[in-house]
Amino acid sequence: MASDRIFGLVTLITAVAYIAAATQIQTNFFSGEFLPKLFPLMIGAVAVVCSLSIIFKPDPDPAWPQPPTWISMGIAVVVLAFYAVLLTPLGFILPTVFAAGILSYQISPRIRPAILSGIGLSLGLFVLFKYALGLGNIVAYRIPTAAKLWDAIAILIPFVGGH
Amino acid sequence: MDILANLAIGFGVALSPYTLFLAVCGCFLGTIIGALPGLGPSNGVAILIPITFTLGLDATSALVLMTSVYYGAMYGGRISSILLNIPGDEPALMTTLDGYPMAKSGRAGDALVLSGVASFVGALLATIGLMLLAPSLARVAFLFGPAEYFALYLLAFCTLGGMASNNQAKAALAACIGLGIAMIGVDSSSGLPRLTGGNLHLYDGIDFLVAIVGLFAIAEIFFFIESHGKGSSIGIKLDKVTIPWKDIMATKWTMLRASGVGFIAGILPGAGASLGSFLAYMTEKSIAGPNGGFGKGAAKGIAAPEAGNNSAAGGALVPMLTLGVPGSGTTAVLLALLMTLNITPGPTLFSERPEVVWGLIASLLIANFVLLAMNVPMVKIFVRILMVPAWVLLPGVTMISFVGIYSLSGSYFDLLLMIGFGVLGYFLRKLDVPTVPVILGILLGGNMEDALRRAMTLSDGDPMYLFSSPIAIGFWIAAIAGFVAPMFLRGVLKKPQKHPTDGPID
Repeated sequence: MASDRIFGLVTLITAVAYIAAATQIQTNFFSGEFLPKLFPLMIGAVAVVCSLSIIFKPDPDPAWPQPPTWISMGIAVVVLAFYAVLLTPLGFILPTVFAAGILSYQISPRIRPAILSGIGLSLGLFVLFKYALGLGNIVAYRIPTAAKLWDAIAILIPFVGGH
Repeated sequence: MDILANLAIGFGVALSPYTLFLAVCGCFLGTIIGALPGLGPSNGVAILIPITFTLGLDATSALVLMTSVYYGAMYGGRISSILLNIPGDEPALMTTLDGYPMAKSGRAGDALVLSGVASFVGALLATIGLMLLAPSLARVAFLFGPAEYFALYLLAFCTLGGMASNNQAKAALAACIGLGIAMIGVDSSSGLPRLTGGNLHLYDGIDFLVAIVGLFAIAEIFFFIESHGKGSSIGIKLDKVTIPWKDIMATKWTMLRASGVGFIAGILPGAGASLGSFLAYMTEKSIAGPNGGFGKGAAKGIAAPEAGNNSAAGGALVPMLTLGVPGSGTTAVLLALLMTLNITPGPTLFSERPEVVWGLIASLLIANFVLLAMNVPMVKIFVRILMVPAWVLLPGVTMISFVGIYSLSGSYFDLLLMIGFGVLGYFLRKLDVPTVPVILGILLGGNMEDALRRAMTLSDGDPMYLFSSPIAIGFWIAAIAGFVAPMFLRGVLKKPQKHPTDGPID
């Protein structure tokens, strides 16, 4: 009940914001005044109706995970985000060892298998991508300068890193 | 004769040693993807698309590879259904009902071979059906104007939404999320950005591959963290594999009937393979009556859903190729592949790129025979692979997904976006909001809007133009019926809940 009500409220706010943004769409002579806004407005309107329906007729709550599991999933998201930004400055091998190892540990919390799967996956996939699939330029390893490393991590900090 | 001549072109394309090699690779990979629990066909195909793209394969080779993966995954789904009592993908759910009891009674090998043969019959008949039906449907599709296309897209969303969720509002909302995302980016007619919030990374729009891999593959990690990868150990012993001729002969009519039922279910836009296997199983169960032994390891109970599932997988290709409207989650991903390769599915595909269509059909036929060979004598290899633990498998799949998406643009932004879609996918699936309409919305949003805009331009802004032809009105009625009917049929069409079905969709 409560989950669906919150979900419906979030989507309702998003849909209203979407409609507001759609009315502000810039148009010019080529596109006509109305056509670029028409379909986004229709989508927003349907989404509002659906959200209201979910708020007023909610389904039973799903079985949400326990707090420790939420922490595990949060760690996974953070690790993946770091992996995403470090792939460019550090290359494939080193970030993959950590990312794969930590993910493995989140699924099955045993240290040794996690370390082994991190190292194994990193090297195994490197060989697969470089030699079997010829994607060497994508999985190459690099040694970055401290400044580049900081630039990459800064992306993840709001208001510090830019787009 | 037309068909035979076309087929000759197709085999001319598909029978080169290189494409044959790709077909074998694809079948092998596909069977593994299908067999591993939690890695369904849509998932597998989605992860492999960016990599295929980066390898620089030409259109035909890429298509051969990916459709082999698609068919292979449909075959492979049954392996974990039978041995683990966990469906490898959703359509294989029905196979657990009789497959697992049969395996438990010491006939695991028989169950695997029988289901392999049933898969072969279903897929082969469906490919032949595709060959016969698709060209004529393509001719009809030439009559469609923008009003008809708009109604057709709507029909796809309505039937898919009606089938995919227990709550109509959630299914429709999912479609809105997808369509809303598709609107982001530079508008083609004005050349001005829409709904980007001023973010330069969003001017090109959101790549559907990023969304697909995020929603399917990355979301899966969170489910595995939640379940700690439990329930993936084999408790069934597999002895020598022999061919159970008696069972195969006894189920031959079952296989044929199930293939027919499955094919029709597959053609319906939005219905897909899950419905095919479900209807096929239910038909056979009601024909056999209460003494048929269904649910206790009946041979017919294994043959019917497998033939139906694979036949529906072939049937789902008909609307995807002729109209550009996919019939299931996996065909939606295949549509994404075609778009990546700059091939626009639709009626013109058959007249302008016959080598692509018929090469695809020929490769499907080839893939079928390769798969039969792989799945009957070599089934033990795949059983071995099932033993890969989740704590190696899932990180591996994630890293492959990252490299794939990274190779598309080389930008961290797409990767962060993909993680975002993964988190979104987790919450959506937790809340019973289907993710396939989201994908379909992102894929079809641009086309749907184009159809609407052209209709409005042609009619000078008269909304009644959308209902101006009998075909369009028919689609509108079917769309409304497809959306509303499941509310009333839910009691009748209730899926047997054997396991929590939080697995990937179709």
